[in-house]
Amino acid sequence: MLRLAPWIIVFILVVPVVGGTLLTVPPAFGYLPVLGGDDWSLRPWLELAATPGILRSIAVSFGSGLLATGLALIIVFLFLSTIANTRFDRWIQRLVSPLLSVPHAAAAFGFAFLVAPSGLMLRWLSPSLTGFERPPDWLLLNDPFGMSLISGLVVKEIPFLLLVSLAGLPQLNAAQRVMLARSLGYLPRVAWFKAVAPALYPLIRLPVYAVLAFATSTVDVAMILGPNLPSTLSVQVVQWFNDPDLTRRFLASAGALLQLLVTASALSAWWGLEKLIGTGFNAWVAGGNRQRSDGTLWLVGRGLMLIATLLPVLGLFALALNSVAGFWRFPDAWPGSVTLSHWLQALPDLARPFWMTMVIATAASALAVAMVLAALEHEQRRNRPATRALWLLYLPLLVPQVGFLSGITVLSQMAGQAPALWVVVWAHLLFVLPYVYLTLVEPYRRFDFRWVILGRSLGLSVNQAFWRIRLPMMLRPVLTAMALGVAISVSQYLPTQMLGGGRIVTVTTEAVALSSGGDRRLIGVWAMVQAITPFIGFVLALLIPRLLWKERRGMQAL
Amino acid sequence: MKSTLLALSVSLALPLGSHAAVSDEWPAIVEQARGQTVYFNAWGGESNTNNTIRWAAGQGEERYGIDLVHVKLGDTAEAVSRVVAEKQGGNTSEGAVDLIWVNGENFATLKEAGLLFGPWVGQLPNFSLTDPENNPAVTTDFTVPVEGMEAPWGKAQVVFYYDTSLTENPPGSMPELLEWAQENPGEFSYPKPPQFLGTTFLKQALIELADDGDALYRPVAEADFEVVTAPLWNFLDQLHPNLWRSARNFPDNGPSLRRLMGAGELSLAFSFWPAEVPAAIANNELPPTVESYVLDGGTIGNVSFLAIPFNAQHKSAAMVVANFLLSPEAQAYAQHPDNWGFLTVLSMDQLDAEQKALFEALPSPKGGVTPAELQQVLEEPHASWVEALETAWLERYSGN
Repeated sequence: MLRLAPWIIVFILVVPVVGGTLLTVPPAFGYLPVLGGDDWSLRPWLELAATPGILRSIAVSFGSGLLATGLALIIVFLFLSTIANTRFDRWIQRLVSPLLSVPHAAAAFGFAFLVAPSGLMLRWLSPSLTGFERPPDWLLLNDPFGMSLISGLVVKEIPFLLLVSLAGLPQLNAAQRVMLARSLGYLPRVAWFKAVAPALYPLIRLPVYAVLAFATSTVDVAMILGPNLPSTLSVQVVQWFNDPDLTRRFLASAGALLQLLVTASALSAWWGLEKLIGTGFNAWVAGGNRQRSDGTLWLVGRGLMLIATLLPVLGLFALALNSVAGFWRFPDAWPGSVTLSHWLQALPDLARPFWMTMVIATAASALAVAMVLAALEHEQRRNRPATRALWLLYLPLLVPQVGFLSGITVLSQMAGQAPALWVVVWAHLLFVLPYVYLTLVEPYRRFDFRWVILGRSLGLSVNQAFWRIRLPMMLRPVLTAMALGVAISVSQYLPTQMLGGGRIVTVTTEAVALSSGGDRRLIGVWAMVQAITPFIGFVLALLIPRLLWKERRGMQAL
Repeated sequence: MKSTLLALSVSLALPLGSHAAVSDEWPAIVEQARGQTVYFNAWGGESNTNNTIRWAAGQGEERYGIDLVHVKLGDTAEAVSRVVAEKQGGNTSEGAVDLIWVNGENFATLKEAGLLFGPWVGQLPNFSLTDPENNPAVTTDFTVPVEGMEAPWGKAQVVFYYDTSLTENPPGSMPELLEWAQENPGEFSYPKPPQFLGTTFLKQALIELADDGDALYRPVAEADFEVVTAPLWNFLDQLHPNLWRSARNFPDNGPSLRRLMGAGELSLAFSFWPAEVPAAIANNELPPTVESYVLDGGTIGNVSFLAIPFNAQHKSAAMVVANFLLSPEAQAYAQHPDNWGFLTVLSMDQLDAEQKALFEALPSPKGGVTPAELQQVLEEPHASWVEALETAWLERYSGN
C-alpha cells in the first residue's frame, strides 16, 4: 500500500491537470460541437492575434511575473544575509506564517486601499503635509506598466519564499559557512552571499518557479492591482470565458493555451537567467576580492524587509478599519463614526460558508498530509529518494489555473457528476498537496533516524515505530503543514466556484461575489473573515503541541 | 415529472395572450414544486439585492415548501458557463442551475444556443398583471422577442448623480457633459466596456448623438456601423482627455464609480439603479449631499428577467418562485426603497385597489428621483449592437 503512495499522488494531480488542459485544445482550434464549432481551424488564433492590445497584455504578464519574482527573491536573500537572531528577526519569522495565510485577494484589497490616491496613506498625510483637500488625480493603481501589480505580488510572495528558505537553511550549516568565509577575511553579508546563497538557491528553486508561474498567471491580484487598458492576459482569458457571447469560448481556449506558453517562456527565461547569473556569480566568488563596507547591504536588506512586512499588516489594518467605518471621506485620517452594522448585516450569511470552508479545508489538508506522510515514509523505508516523478507535484502550480479548470469542469460532467463536495475537495487537493509536501519534506528527511532504530531495537515493528516515535516527534511540522494546507484551501476561488457549480459556498466565493459590488465596508468584513479563518489553523498548530506535551519538556523543544 | 413538463411545454407553445387558457395546470405545478430546492443564480454583489432574495426565500419556504438557495454570482456569465459545460459534458436533466437572473445579451445567447427551457412564462398566473398585450417591455428583451422563455422581474433605468458639495450644474445631455468635463477635468468617468454599465454609457451617448437613431433598433448588420457611430467616437475622443485619470484607466463597474464618488475622486457618476443613491446614503457610502437626476431627453431603461436553463433539475419549483417574485406583494417589497428599490414590472391598471395601495404607500427616499422623472425611458438598442460597440471601443481605446 505504502509503495503506491507516490503514484497515487501523481495520479491524483496529473490526471485533472493534463486532462483538463487537453480538453482546452479542441476549442482552441475551433472544435466544440456544443457551440456549433464542427470544424478544426486556426480562426481562434487569428482572432487572438487581432485582439486589441494583446501584445501589451502578454508583455505585462511576462514582465511583471519575472520582475516580481526577481525582486521578492532579492529582498529575501538580502534579508537572510543579515539575519542574526535579533528580536526583529524573530518577529519577522513569527509573522511569516500568518502573512502567508492571508489570501491573495484580501491582501490585494488591503494594498489597494493603502496606496490609492484616496487611500489610507494619503489620508494620513493630507491635507497637512500635501495640501490636498481632494484626492489627486494620480494613476497609482492599475498603471499601464503593471507597477502596482508588481509591488503587490512582491509583498505577497516574500513570506512564502522566506518560509521555504528558512526551512532549507538548517541543513546547510549556514552559520559555519559564514564563519569560515569570515575567517578568510570576508565581511559578514558578502560571506553569506558567497558561501550560503549558492547552496541555498538549488533548495528553493522549485518554489521559486511556482512563484514565477503564479505571478505570470494570477487572475485575482491582477484584477485588483493590474492594468485594465488592456488587462493582463490571464484576466482577459477569464473575461472571454465569462463573455455572454458564447463564441468567445473558442478565443478563450486559445488564450488559455497562450497563457500556458507565456508562463512556460517566463520559466525558461528565468532558467536562462539562472545560468547567466550563475556564471557571473562564480567569477565573483572566485575573484576573491574582499569588498569593504557591506553596511549598505545590511540597511537595504532590513529596510526592504521591514517595508514588505509592514505593508500587508497595514493593509489588513485598513481592511479592519473599513469594516467598522461609518462615512469616511478623504482627507479625514480616521472614520468620522464607527459602526458594527456591516458586521451585523453579514453575520446571518457568515455561518454556512464558514463551516463549509472549514470542512473542505480540513478534509483537503488532512488527505494531503496523510498522502505526503505515506510517500515520505515509503522513501525512508526504502532508504532512497522516492520516485523522481514526484516533481510532478508542482504541475498544478506551474500550469495556469485558467488553462485546465474549465476542462476539469467538463471532465467532472462527463463522469456524470453533479457538483459534489468531494469533487471540490479533490480540486483543492491539487493546490494543497504541493505546499504540504514542500513544508514536510525537509523536516522529514532531517529527522534523526537513530530514534527509529532505537525503537526497533526495543521491539517495535516498522509501523509501530512510525506511529509511536516518528509521528509524535514530528507533530509540530505536521501540524504546521496542515495549517498551511488549510490556508491554501481557504483561498481557492476558481476551483470552488467552477467545480462546485456555485452550490458550494465558501468564505472566499462569498468574498469575491461581494467584492464585485465594491462596497469597501462589506469587502472589509469578508476579507477579515477570510484572513482570520486560516489564522485559526496556525494558532491551533502552535497550541496543540504545547498542550499535548505540557508534562514532557523534552518534546516541547522539538 | 419529465413527461408532465413536456406536456406543459407543448401546451405552452401558444401565443402569449392565451395564458388564461392554460392556467388550470398551475395547481399541479405548485404541488410538484413542494419540497424541491431551487438554486437561484443571481448576481450577489449588493447586500440590498441579497437581503431581498433572502426574504423571498423565507416566503417560498413558508408558502410553497420550496427551499430557495441564492447562488451569489460575481458575474452572470458564470452561470451561463456552467450550463454550457453541462451540455458539453452530456448533463441534460440534472443541471445545477434552476433559475437565472438574466437579460439582454446573456439572454440572447442562451436563447440562440438552445440552452433555455420553455416557453413557460404564459403559465404563470401573475404574468397577466404585467399587461403583456399592451406592454412590449415585458415581451421583448433588448428588442429580442422573449417568446415565453423568461419572466419579467423588475425594471431598471439609468440615473445620473452628482455631489452638490463639489459641483453645482450637472449636465443634462451628452453635449453638456462634454462641456462640463472640460470645466471639471478628472471628475467623471464610466466603467470600461464590455462591463455592461460602461456599454450602457456608450449606448446612451449614441442614442443622443446619432443622426439615424432608428438604425439602433434593428440588427447591427443591417446598418452602416461606421456612419451611425461616427458622432459617438468624435464625442469620446474629445471627452477622454478630461476624464478621471485622463482615461488611461477606467473603473471596473458601477459600484467602483460609487466608491470613487464616496471618496470624493469623482463628482458626477451614473447608475442603472434609481435606488442606488438613497441606499448608499443610508449605508454611509455616499455623503447626504449627493442627488440623482435623469437626463433632459430621458435615459435608457430595461427589464430584468428570470430564465430556466434547459436542463434545470427543479423546473416546477423555479416557475413557482418566478411567479411569486411577480406577485404584487413581492414586487412592492422589492420596490420599497429600504429593501432594494427595484422598480416593479406590474401594470397598475391590472391591480385591484388593495394591491395598488401597496405601491402607493411606498415612500420616496432622500437623494433619489421621483417616479415622474423616470417616465422618460429610452429603449435599449437591439442586442447585437452591444458586441459591435464593445469591439469597436476596445479597438480604439485599448492601447497597443
